[in-house]
Amino acid sequence: MITLTMNGLPVTVEEGSTLLEAARFFGFPIPTLCHLEGLTPYGACRLCLVEVGRGDKAKLVTACTYPAADGLVVRTGSSRVIRARKMILELLLASCPQSKVIQDLAAAYEVRQQRFRQEYEDCILCGLCVRMCEEQMRAKAIGFRGRGERRSVGTPFDAPSPACRLCGGCMYVCPACQLRCTYHEPEKAICGSCANLSPPCLEKREFDDLMCFMAPCVACEIRKG
Amino acid sequence: MERLESSEQFKALQKRIIADRDPQIPMVVIPAGTCGQASGANDLIRIAKREILAHELVTKIQLRVTGCHGFCQAEPSVLIEPEGTFYPRLGIKQMTQIVEAVSEGRVVEQLLWRDPKTHKRVQREADIPFFRNQRRTILARNEKVDPIRIYDYIEHGGYAALVKVLEQGNRRWVVEETKASGLRGRGGAGFPTGLKWELLAKARDGGGKFLVSNADEGDPGAYMDRSVLEGNPQSIIEGMLIGAYGTGATAGIIYVRTEYPLAIKHLVIALQQARALGLLGENILGTGFSFDIQIVKGAGAFVCGEETALIRSVEGERGEPRQRPPYPVEQGIYGKPTAINNVETWANIPVIISQGAAEFARIGSPHNTGTKIFSLVGKVKNTGLVEVPMGATIGEIVHGVGGGPAGRAEIKAVQTGGPSGGCLPAAMFDLPIDYESLSAAGSIMGSGGMIVMDENTCMVDVAKYFMKFLKDESCGKCFTCRKGTQRMWEILDDITAGKGTLEQLDLLEELAQVVKDTSMCGLGQTAANPILSTLRYFRDEYVTHIERKFCPATVCRDLFAYRVIAEKCTGCTLCIRVCPTGAITGTKKEVHNLDQSKCIKCRACFEVCNFDAIAGDAIIAVPPGRTSMERNP
Repeated sequence: MITLTMNGLPVTVEEGSTLLEAARFFGFPIPTLCHLEGLTPYGACRLCLVEVGRGDKAKLVTACTYPAADGLVVRTGSSRVIRARKMILELLLASCPQSKVIQDLAAAYEVRQQRFRQEYEDCILCGLCVRMCEEQMRAKAIGFRGRGERRSVGTPFDAPSPACRLCGGCMYVCPACQLRCTYHEPEKAICGSCANLSPPCLEKREFDDLMCFMAPCVACEIRKG
Repeated sequence: MERLESSEQFKALQKRIIADRDPQIPMVVIPAGTCGQASGANDLIRIAKREILAHELVTKIQLRVTGCHGFCQAEPSVLIEPEGTFYPRLGIKQMTQIVEAVSEGRVVEQLLWRDPKTHKRVQREADIPFFRNQRRTILARNEKVDPIRIYDYIEHGGYAALVKVLEQGNRRWVVEETKASGLRGRGGAGFPTGLKWELLAKARDGGGKFLVSNADEGDPGAYMDRSVLEGNPQSIIEGMLIGAYGTGATAGIIYVRTEYPLAIKHLVIALQQARALGLLGENILGTGFSFDIQIVKGAGAFVCGEETALIRSVEGERGEPRQRPPYPVEQGIYGKPTAINNVETWANIPVIISQGAAEFARIGSPHNTGTKIFSLVGKVKNTGLVEVPMGATIGEIVHGVGGGPAGRAEIKAVQTGGPSGGCLPAAMFDLPIDYESLSAAGSIMGSGGMIVMDENTCMVDVAKYFMKFLKDESCGKCFTCRKGTQRMWEILDDITAGKGTLEQLDLLEELAQVVKDTSMCGLGQTAANPILSTLRYFRDEYVTHIERKFCPATVCRDLFAYRVIAEKCTGCTLCIRVCPTGAITGTKKEVHNLDQSKCIKCRACFEVCNFDAIAGDAIIAVPPGRTSMERNP
């Protein structure tokens, strides 16, 4: 057993656990996008950041990949962590605003605006689908290609893969595809709080309990202009 | 080559090699690394051979083709031993002259290097300020050794360190000696090499341990490792053998990028020769110690220089870093304990062992011992590879070795540590170059790139350039590194296009801090350095770009317009001749006229003008159909 300090409390976890497992076991909430039980931790989305160490030596690491070690001092919600997490969510909103999962996370962390050039990407390259395909489905039909901003997920040369059994596992685990807002003009429907209703901000009076997470909301701007 | 079975046989061979060569016979040394070959060294070699044969000088003149000597500015060059006469920038015809002069024992006065300050000719290489102000422990051997002849290496003391270690037979001593030398990893992070080896030596031994030489040198403008590999591959092999003996490693890997074909060729030959002599492979020198090295070629991804990405790449997977811990020394290649050191670190090992740790530690400053090779490039008179003791100041390198600014413009900044390093202003040139000082100043040692910038360099543009490099070379695994570098580049692009706002500047700083904080590997953690350091020291340039929509260095094309300063223009017509679009018109001895509508801002006139009569002005919003210029204060 390993004993470490988490948010000031001494906690004991089994050897081989990650910080994320430890934190979740003791009820400290840590948001994740690229983590799924049953798949190897990857550390791509960086949302599960926690602060380890003391003083000048303190650093941010991803809880999903960092092994718990004796005497480690971990803070799951320090101001440094929250600041970084907010910026990550802002970046996520700027690239992939239609994902319900991202919208909910942004709302939970009170990220109400994004200050970058708006993009409408479908994929956040969390790698869940790739790992699902390889580790659970044993197919290895899809993988990462390219690097930097040209990185993408797909089959070799974009040809239909004979290894793919069309199981749908990749779509099932995707945090960005699931519950994508299906407004008929996807580029404009960035408020997308709901998968089934038309953008709520247009009928705010009827759906008063729904929240719009974008400020300014492009849909609203269009309506005003 | 006969296989050597004992250290006595090795020593006998060494004696025989030294006795066979007459040091009084003049030696024509032609550096022909990749850089030398590109500038024409192959022609010089051909001519030298032809002349020697044609005039039957085979017994009177020796010829040695070596790797790069470091003085890039002077390539292709020739060095004559034993006097050390140095001839820079030679052509085919001059080579004929030189061979003739050497055979007669003369010096060709008019071909010698000329000091640009005193205009005096300098004969000996050692007297040229570029060489005089260095301390060339590693690079000096490049002059002495033909990289494809192991006998050359042995003649100049090569493999003596290995034999010393094998005769001593004490593995712990090797590690202790390396620790005592204070050698720190030359790849950038500066982790003590001895400590890494100690961890590897202690690591559990089940199924082998790996030693890796990291030659994935990807920084733009840095080529220290390449020239060591090309010029003296045996020193890397010897270093790795010593390391393997000390740590009990069972297999060695040299991870080199495919973009270095000559280095790979020389390495392959060097490995073959070392194996043939029994210095590598099974039962080395009959001691029972076995170690072999193989070459793994990388596809040239910048991120594969990061050790965990390198491990993945060696395993045949995508080059992507992973979380440390577990560190490679616990779980490396195929899960086996692995120690990864930079090429330059390995090249230092034989020096430490033969000199002794105490002697080695005397050079440099405390905690930063030994020498470090920098590749000095940019707007400086003498560019090339520079080896100085650690703790030398930036000014000593830039002005002492580099000879000051290349043009009329003053030196403004130095960028150290490659794309993830920082820009340090001229006011900080007293800063000693060691790991701690550089990192406190917001830069990094990195692998040793040093780019000099003068007043005509726009720091925003520099930051944008490096950010472009990093956004393309980020592996893309970490969201913050991939998107963060992309977004930082976007903001910089806006600023250089005149679309930036002061709010964006704050956002840029905030984002840079987060990318630094949250990325997994060294690439992401240092990716923000170019921005953070330029913001720290050159914030006014950013503000000028944003508020006045003006680029003072006339680099960002959307933010200035050229004009001829009438008071300074002498009417020499030089600019008219270089202008590719015919935008400048005028007659001799009269002030020239620059047509804004034709000007493509290519900088040709600006760079060629000897009287600083071309200047950049801010563009102020003009009503359509009219051109109006704001005078540059």
